[in-house]
Amino acid sequence: MTTHAKPLFRKPRNLGAGIGITIILLIWLLPTVGLLVTSFRPLSLINTTGWWTVFNVDNGPAIAQHPDPNASYPEKLFSRLTINNYVDALTGYRGTTNYLDDCADGSKPLGMNCNISDLLNPRGMGRAFINSLIVTIPSTILPIFVALFAAYAFAWLDFKGRYAIFAVLVGLQVVPLQMTLVPVLRMFAGVGLNGTFLGVWLFHTGFGLPYAIYLLRNSMSTLPKDLFESAYLDGATHWQVFRKIVLPLTMPAIASLAIFQFLWVWNDLLVSLIFLGGNKPVMTYQISNMVSSMGAGWHLLTAAAFLSMLLPMIVFFALQKYFVRGMMAGAVKG
Amino acid sequence: MAPSSPTVMRQGKLAPWLYLLPAIIIMSVFILYPMINTINLSFKNADSSASAATTCREGEACWGVFENYRYALTAELDLTNAKTAWDSFWLSSYGNMFKWLIVMVSSTVGLGLIFAVLVDRIKHEALAKSIIFMPMAISFVGAGVIWKFMYNYGTSQVQIGLLNAIITKLGFEPVSFLSKIPLNTFMLILVGIWMWTGFCMTILSSAIKSIPEEVIEAAHIDGANNFQTFIKIQIPIIMPTIVVVITTMVINVLKLFDIVYVMTGGNFSTVVIATRMYTEMYTNSQYGRGTAIAVILVVLIIPFIIMNIRRFAKQEAAR
Repeated sequence: MTTHAKPLFRKPRNLGAGIGITIILLIWLLPTVGLLVTSFRPLSLINTTGWWTVFNVDNGPAIAQHPDPNASYPEKLFSRLTINNYVDALTGYRGTTNYLDDCADGSKPLGMNCNISDLLNPRGMGRAFINSLIVTIPSTILPIFVALFAAYAFAWLDFKGRYAIFAVLVGLQVVPLQMTLVPVLRMFAGVGLNGTFLGVWLFHTGFGLPYAIYLLRNSMSTLPKDLFESAYLDGATHWQVFRKIVLPLTMPAIASLAIFQFLWVWNDLLVSLIFLGGNKPVMTYQISNMVSSMGAGWHLLTAAAFLSMLLPMIVFFALQKYFVRGMMAGAVKG
Repeated sequence: MAPSSPTVMRQGKLAPWLYLLPAIIIMSVFILYPMINTINLSFKNADSSASAATTCREGEACWGVFENYRYALTAELDLTNAKTAWDSFWLSSYGNMFKWLIVMVSSTVGLGLIFAVLVDRIKHEALAKSIIFMPMAISFVGAGVIWKFMYNYGTSQVQIGLLNAIITKLGFEPVSFLSKIPLNTFMLILVGIWMWTGFCMTILSSAIKSIPEEVIEAAHIDGANNFQTFIKIQIPIIMPTIVVVITTMVINVLKLFDIVYVMTGGNFSTVVIATRMYTEMYTNSQYGRGTAIAVILVVLIIPFIIMNIRRFAKQEAAR
């Protein structure tokens, strides 16, 4: 992108645009704020009052009131919020009150131990979080690792059919993964990979490759030719050039790609639904299950949804530059 | 061979293939072979043990070996007469796909363009952009929960869903957004718009910013106002980018699965191609029909695959 000195008369900071954008931003944020606020509200109030009433601290049913009418606004506001929903969601608690109270009064909830091991309850989001990480980390590293070699070949090695194979690859990026599900499922059934992490890693690697190779190749081929010529004159081998020159210089592209692939896999539902299912539930699977079974109320659903959004949000705000770059180039994947 | 292919280093005949081999093997096993296999399965019966032609029933329409395609294309339609055919089409997965394509693509690109122009004129541009782009970071499942709550329909007096609370406050009857046909599909599309407008905005915004200032200045000196400059100068210049954004969105919409699956499960006539395929495969165990639907999906996407390759070839030629 080129930058130009901007004359002052152009692009007036105009008030109309400011107001317009402010309204748009409010509309864009409101749904997420509603989810966040609800996830901190007590179960009994979520279904009887709107989440926006939480800010009106002097109104609402008696149980929502702060005992001291002269307390400050933040005190009153915080007294209306609770972390119970998060504890219940993480542990997979499905009782009638909440996990902490049940454990405190000695009546152990069904199937719970009231200690740290409850975080690994297969119904809970704690376990699902770990499963999501187990799925996502290798599914991010593997395709990038394999793609780096292929991208180097496409960018700097000469072989027959180089252009044609790469063109096929460009086309493959857009192939919907629905097109391959049934045969892969059967293949996996034959070798016992259904319901295993390895199966999901391999599938994500396969589907991540076309885009990963495309992005890395484009980045590698912009490196200056002189770099390679001088390295070659100094007697460097391909392997040395690849490791010592190309890899370090491709790091920004690798970062974009890693973030993109990480979030893509983290947010994926279809692949986990089909290859892992309830066997090793990941977060998206667990939530979609909670939605459809309706066994879980809004208090659990909102907390679970926010838990699943936590990591992507952190990645997004911390690494926005790389994130946007990876997203823009790869939005049509799979 | 691309004209500018950088080939500066000598190498053996074998070396390139060693670098390529792992990638080629994995892609062949997980993309190429399954694709071919899927086409093959689409001509077989439910459990792929015999030809699809064997599933034809006496006295009913039959396309022989293409029977699964007959099912995929016509089973949702009521062909009694023209009117029932028309009505049933609009509630079928194809009709819904059409609504998604028209409404979602035009809204995301249109709003993206408007937002891109507006954020260009405000102080906290980066902040505004990241807020609008943020829904891209979360999963469709998360977005599904967020909006299901927004759309919540209370049968009692109390409305805990924001939209129905506003509607009842204004004195109207609450609406069951997700089960009211045909409104529900449009309510799902709204979720898609919320998620993807930021993406369109970001790309269009960087295209607008890359237009040289001199061009705009010249237009202003010639007496054009901001609006005229936008319509007559900026839009035509960024047209190629707009086309790319539109095709990207079309592909995304065609493959759409999660929003519908999470929010309605494809019930109440909100089914789209990908959710229908899922139902045939995993709920009904109809592998022949499911794969036929997958093939139809790919056929719809093929023009865009070709466009992608063409665009790539052009870029390479221009390097």
